[in-house]
Amino acid sequence: MKKIYPNAAAALDGLLHDGMFIAAGGFGLCGIPELLLGAIKDAGTKDLTFASNNAGVDDFGIGILLQTRQVKKMISSYVGENAEFMRQYLSGELELEFNPQGTLAERMRAGGCGIPGFYTKTGVGTVIADGKEHKDFNGKTYIMEEGIFADLAIVKAWKADETGNLIFRKTARNFNPPAAMCGKTCVVEVEEIVPTGSLDPDKIHLPGIYVHRIIQGTHEKRIEQRTTRKREDA
Amino acid sequence: MPWDRNQMAARAAQELEDGMYVNLGIGIPTLVANYVGDKDITLQSENGMLGMGPFPFEGEEDPDLINAGKQTITELNRTAYFDSATSFGMIRGGKIAAAILGAMEVAENGDLANWMIPGKLVKGMGGAMDLVAGVGRVIVVMDHTNKHGDSKLLKECTLPLTGKGVVDRIITNLGVLDVVEGGLRIVETAEGVTEEELRAATDATVV
Repeated sequence: MKKIYPNAAAALDGLLHDGMFIAAGGFGLCGIPELLLGAIKDAGTKDLTFASNNAGVDDFGIGILLQTRQVKKMISSYVGENAEFMRQYLSGELELEFNPQGTLAERMRAGGCGIPGFYTKTGVGTVIADGKEHKDFNGKTYIMEEGIFADLAIVKAWKADETGNLIFRKTARNFNPPAAMCGKTCVVEVEEIVPTGSLDPDKIHLPGIYVHRIIQGTHEKRIEQRTTRKREDA
Repeated sequence: MPWDRNQMAARAAQELEDGMYVNLGIGIPTLVANYVGDKDITLQSENGMLGMGPFPFEGEEDPDLINAGKQTITELNRTAYFDSATSFGMIRGGKIAAAILGAMEVAENGDLANWMIPGKLVKGMGGAMDLVAGVGRVIVVMDHTNKHGDSKLLKECTLPLTGKGVVDRIITNLGVLDVVEGGLRIVETAEGVTEEELRAATDATVV
C-alpha cells in the first residue's frame, strides 16, 4: 500500500481528463485543497464540473480555475465572493446549479455510501423543487435529491498517517469528509504525514479506506473575513 | 419610538430559553448573542461547529476556525466540531431548537423569501433553505418596511421563496407578530408604537 506522493502534480498524474466531475472539500477559503487546485490549473484540464460549496475568490481556491476558463459547471450553495464567477455566469460561459448547503453535503455523503437518491424537506415549495420527484411520508412532503458520484475527490486534512487515516482541524473539516467519500478516487493534501501507528485510532475523523493518494505541503490558509475584538483595558 | 437594531436583537434574545441549541443568521441576528444574559445557549455554526465563541483577540485569528459568515471566531470549552453532512443532519433532523434569521419578505402564511432577487446578482441560498425546513422554530428579525417604506410583511411573497410556511414569529422595529391561522397576530408593539401604526405599516392580513 503506497499512498504517499511527492507533490500535487505527481498525485494527480493519470487521474485528470477533460470534462471530468470533481468533488472538492472546503467552506469559503477554509480547508480548501489549495495545492491540488493549483496542480489542476497547471495541468490545464478543461470543461470541469465541480461540486464544491463555494467557488473561491478571484485569485484563490476554485477562482484560479475560473480565471483560466477550466470550469464548465459549478454545483454550489453560495458563490457570492467571486467577481469573475459572476461575470462568466451572467455571460452564459459558466453553468451553475444551486444546491442548498445541507442538500449538497448529504448528496456527497450519500454518493459515498452507495445511496443514489434520498428524500428531504429542504427546498419543498421553492425553485429547488422544480422538476424533482415529490413524495409524502407521514403526511409531510419531501423531494428526492440524488447522491453525487464524482470521478475525483480533492480534499484538505490536517494530518494523515501513511495509510491515509485522516484528522481534520476545527472548522476546516466542513465538506472535506463527505467530498472525500463520494470520489471514485480521492487525493488528499495534508499539513503533516505522520508515521502509521502514531494517531490514536479512536480519534480518526475519516478512515484511510476513502483515501487513495496523499501529499504533504505548505498551505497559505488565507483568511476571508478577519474579525477580532478589542482586549479589555486591564 | 421604533426599536433600533440592538433593541430588536435584545427582543429576539427573549425568545431563547435555557439549554437551547440555536443557529443565528448574519446581520441583526448575530447581535442576539450579546443579549442572552445568564441563559445557557449553545450556538451552532452550520459549517460544522456547536459552541461558537466570540471573535478572537487581534493576533489570535485562526484560519481553520470560522463561522458560517466566514468570519474568524473562537471556541469554548463545550465546543464540538463535525463535518458539514453531520451539521446539516442535526439541522434537518430537527435537533436545533431555533433559527433567528433576517428576511427580505415574509408572507402571512409563513412563507419566507431571503435569498434571491431576480435580475440582481444571485449569490446562493447557502444553508438558509435547510435551516428553515429543519429547525424547531423559525424567528425572523427584520425592519418592518423596506427602504422605499413598503411593508415587508405581505399577503404573498413576490420574491423566490426560501421556504414555504416556515416562519413562526417575526420581530421588526415596530413590534412582534406571530404567524397564525388566517394571517399575522400582533404579540406586542415597540414602546411608543401603537397597534394602529403597526397595522397601517403592514400589508399582510393582521387578525
